Amino acid sequence: MAVAATTKTGARPSRAGRRPSAPAWVGTVPFFAYVAIFLIWPTGIVVVDALKNPNGTWAFSNLSEFGNPLVRGYFIGSLKLCLISSVTGAVFGAILAYAVASGDPDGLIRRLYIAVSGVLAQTGGVTLAFAFLVLIGPVGLLFHASWYFEFPWGIGLIYTYFQIPLMVLVFMPAIDGLKVQWREASENLGASSWQYWRHVGGPLLLPAFLGATLLLFANALSAFATIQAWENQIAYVVPQQISTALSSEVGLSNVNEADLLALGMIIMVAIVMTGYALLLRRAARWLR
Amino acid sequence: MAAVTSLGETPIAAPARRPTGMQAGRRRRLNIFRYVVFTIFGLFFLLPLLAMARFSLEAPNKLGTWSLQAWRQIASYQNTGIPPLLSSIELTLELAVITCAVILVLLLPTMIWVRLRVRWLARTIEFLCLLPLTIPAIVLVVGLAYIYNRIQRVELSTLMLFWVYVILALPYAYRALSAGLTAIDVTTLSEAARSLGASWFTVIVRVIAPNMRAAILNAVVLTTALVLGEFTIAYLLLYTNLQVELYSISRNTPNAGVLFSTSLAALTFTFALLLIVSYAGRRRRGRG
Amino acid sequence: MNALVAAAKKEGTLNIIACPPTWANYGSIISTFEKKYGITINDAIPDGTSQQEVDAVKSENGTAKAPDVLDIGMAVALANTSLFAPYEVSTWSDIPAAQKAPNGIWVQDYGGYMAIGYSSKYGTITSLNQLLGPQFKGAVALNGNPTAANAALNAVMMVNLAQGGTAGNIANGVNWFAKLKAAGNFNPVSATGATIKAGTTQIVFNWDYLNLPSYVGVTNWKVFVPSGIALGGYYAQAINKNAPHPAAARLWEEFLYSQAATGGQNLWLQGGARPVEQPAMTSNSSIDTAAAAKLPTISGTPVFLTQAQSTDAANYLAANWAKAVG
Repeated sequence: MAVAATTKTGARPSRAGRRPSAPAWVGTVPFFAYVAIFLIWPTGIVVVDALKNPNGTWAFSNLSEFGNPLVRGYFIGSLKLCLISSVTGAVFGAILAYAVASGDPDGLIRRLYIAVSGVLAQTGGVTLAFAFLVLIGPVGLLFHASWYFEFPWGIGLIYTYFQIPLMVLVFMPAIDGLKVQWREASENLGASSWQYWRHVGGPLLLPAFLGATLLLFANALSAFATIQAWENQIAYVVPQQISTALSSEVGLSNVNEADLLALGMIIMVAIVMTGYALLLRRAARWLR
Repeated sequence: MAAVTSLGETPIAAPARRPTGMQAGRRRRLNIFRYVVFTIFGLFFLLPLLAMARFSLEAPNKLGTWSLQAWRQIASYQNTGIPPLLSSIELTLELAVITCAVILVLLLPTMIWVRLRVRWLARTIEFLCLLPLTIPAIVLVVGLAYIYNRIQRVELSTLMLFWVYVILALPYAYRALSAGLTAIDVTTLSEAARSLGASWFTVIVRVIAPNMRAAILNAVVLTTALVLGEFTIAYLLLYTNLQVELYSISRNTPNAGVLFSTSLAALTFTFALLLIVSYAGRRRRGRG
Repeated sequence: MNALVAAAKKEGTLNIIACPPTWANYGSIISTFEKKYGITINDAIPDGTSQQEVDAVKSENGTAKAPDVLDIGMAVALANTSLFAPYEVSTWSDIPAAQKAPNGIWVQDYGGYMAIGYSSKYGTITSLNQLLGPQFKGAVALNGNPTAANAALNAVMMVNLAQGGTAGNIANGVNWFAKLKAAGNFNPVSATGATIKAGTTQIVFNWDYLNLPSYVGVTNWKVFVPSGIALGGYYAQAINKNAPHPAAARLWEEFLYSQAATGGQNLWLQGGARPVEQPAMTSNSSIDTAAAAKLPTISGTPVFLTQAQSTDAANYLAANWAKAVG
């Protein structure tokens, strides 16, 4: 391979003899070791508990819970909310990211927007839901949105509040990567703005755009404090039911059910990721 | 080689030359677009913050009158010894620094290495970096509690939270870094550097990373914001970080405004910090 | 007792859990204890549920942060007795037999009756069905979800009893809330001090000690209890078997059950809650009569849900609540 040849001939002359080289994946061991202890192990505990009874015995029949219409309803609700907030957040976030990125790269506006986006991307919970409640809720300062308590519209709007800044932060580096020379070159060849985006800029940004949307999707999926503060009486999405299953003090607490729902969420994300990977492979046909 | 000279290539915003002719028209349209976008989004993000601010300035028991009581309460909250708020601010800042350092050292070399040599692992890493977001924190704690129990028997410091914060920041940091990584030609850059005799360390730290400034900055911004805003896991693991401390302050009084004054204080503090951090990512003038 | 105080002071710290300072005057109780004995109190997860308290005991087992004492609802207490250590406080004989475990593994500490708090702008509310009227649009809220929170479940049960239902069947209560929702008066947001102050939840079903103006945070707050309905609930104290500070834990219990003027029982009374030793303290005149007089009057025979009734209600709610108010 060309790479191997380069490194061989380019090796420093002081290196006498070839040391037996380890397979390339060894370089990823630190990462995997860390993740194994602090992510895979806790997840494993959750997954294993999902298939057990409260008294500790195995209960693979727990999986039949996924056929329960109530449970399916939670997952469909989560899917709806995540799709709406991630797509909306992605589109508007991309527009905002472009607006910020097309300015002076060292300017104040860009710095302000990055700092603001960082802060707002992590907001949520009680205070955010409350702010929207007093703005457009039943006693709204701005106006009363009759759809405020409707799922997924009211909560979807609240979610975009932190989805858009998140999109700005994770997508802007991709926009930065669009070299001005490419724009100039396409103009020299007589392409209009629309044609540039359709044939050059768009396809180049598509993988990053899809990846960022995927992140927004997962971000909305596990968000819990915000929707719990938005309304607390009906469980529309999986995390709300997980909370009841984990901390109910009226005897409905069931850790195994909570873990089972979490397992369902992992499976759901795995499915969505597969769809995303397929989309990417199709898009890759237009790249390099 | 063209690739080597592509280092320091100008991004889409090129403030150097005065645009003329077709470019001037496009520049003008772009500016109008930018200011419209900034205004609309600015309003959208500002209004809830203003609602929170208004609420934090309400007098404790009477509606409609103004009072700084909620803000003063943050400073006056005192337990035994030094004000707990100051110590938790210091602690959380230390946590942020540690988490950023660990995540960059862990993630960036791994991502670059995978991109160069171990492509088949890319999807796996992408999925692993999405996993922390798929599991709600309340359930993740179920699995984490076991590991943290072992840690707490040895070391009680709140700084131990960094182990899990790195995991929590993985999705965001990965996406931001990935957007920057795909925008540069990693293979050619590293080949060129290696052919000139650079070690892998030099390649990563002095060749590739400087080209990913924006991405690294955004990853740091996201991670810092996450650490400063993280509440659930610290709360459920019985640690006291900044958000938990602020929450305790707000529960110490029936004045509802304190919840908002503490949130806004944390937001403003984080914003100022991130703004300072963004100055660290300034492109050095006179290069490229 | 002196040996206990000395041992506790030597430990120097006490870990309590889920005791919000504004709840039943806990803030005052904590600071009084700290000043009296010089012991630092760490109050973790102030808004934790009883289940979360027990979970913390299990997950922090063996570390120095494990909770020493718990203040939990009866359902959770009865289900987790294997985690507790028995202890009988010095005023043990003044506690009614029905409100303590015979071996001292748990003992009730304070309680209250279900009430409806409301903003005085509505005048005076005299009956439950008034709340179905049009002037209460979007104003009625609960404290939590009945399938998860004890207070909310008892709120539905109180309505159930007022509507002719029995403690064993909560259907009437759920139906009333369905009517409330149909009238557009039900607010799905959990009532907090902030939502009350902002005017979004003007009517709140909660324990009477949580419907005090001092807890709620607004001054124009009144309380209404449907006549003849006295649905009560008491919380229970328990000591962690593997408490990292066992002496401090027991000293805390002694303090909480002490009948002194600045002891736990009277401090809880000042917080609007009914201390478990109230009958005994009224007899021996150690009760704070001024605070006792401020408690809302309760008419009718007090009803306390049994474990079975509570579970049945919870199961019924799990199946029907979302449909009723959705």
